[in-house]
Amino acid sequence: MREGLLVVVDDSAVARGPWFADEVQRLLPALYGAAIRLTRNDADAQDLVAEAVAKAWLHLTSLKSKESFRGWLFRILANEFISRCRSEEIRSIQEAYDEAAGEEPAFSLFERLHQPFLLWWGANPEQEFLNKLLREDLEQAVDSLPDCFRVVVLLVDLQGFSYHEVAELLEMPIGTVRSRLARARSLLQRSLWRHAADAGLIDSRSPDPKGAS
Amino acid sequence: MTHRTMRCQEALQLLASFLDSELEGSERFDLERHLETCRGCFARSEFEKRLKSHLGELRQRELEPQLQQRINTLIHQFTEQSEPDPT
Repeated sequence: MREGLLVVVDDSAVARGPWFADEVQRLLPALYGAAIRLTRNDADAQDLVAEAVAKAWLHLTSLKSKESFRGWLFRILANEFISRCRSEEIRSIQEAYDEAAGEEPAFSLFERLHQPFLLWWGANPEQEFLNKLLREDLEQAVDSLPDCFRVVVLLVDLQGFSYHEVAELLEMPIGTVRSRLARARSLLQRSLWRHAADAGLIDSRSPDPKGAS
Repeated sequence: MTHRTMRCQEALQLLASFLDSELEGSERFDLERHLETCRGCFARSEFEKRLKSHLGELRQRELEPQLQQRINTLIHQFTEQSEPDPT
């Protein structure tokens, strides 16, 4: 055994070499999955993952405990993405969307699809809709979200972080996480609705009151 | 301990937090009781739960061989250099 690479973990220190390698390998498919959704481009996603891993190694001494490694690594990934996309531009877009969020009613796919009287005939349009949903449809809907909303959906719905963890990762109040998530889900469901209408999966005569154009 | 009856409007406002496992205490209890007795809210809850589950399937991505190779090379370089810089 190479003694220099021995994992030494206590409350204040973190493991080096093999521990880092094992953790990165374990998290790599999820990191890559997140990076693909963030960048919407395979080459950029691979660059983003590699840069995040390199930065994590360089700053490994600032990791407080090995239990927090996953969140810490996703934070680096998200920050790396945000810094690449010119954070000032993102901030101004976020503010514009946050302002608009209060004005627009939430869109609910369920409310569009659900027809209680059909239950008597054994029909369930909303469940049939989900049955027809393909991975590509969902990827397209997530990718259609503006960056500031996509990152929140990505962390909560795809990666399973708690609201509190996301608030820490993105350095924003938990109330902002909640409102962005609600707004993101509304946009995502509207996007799925439009896509389904375009693909003929639903009756396109059912109007979108906010206008599909 | 007594619990009040929750109405649909409040149930739907809390549903997202509930499905995200962010709801605790009496609110969680009241919502669970409501979903047991309200067919409409239960159907909505099942729909949102399934949609969230579908999204969760996008969590991971099968690695491209070149990315795996790139990360292996990076990690090999790091671990050969002993310790990270304390920057």
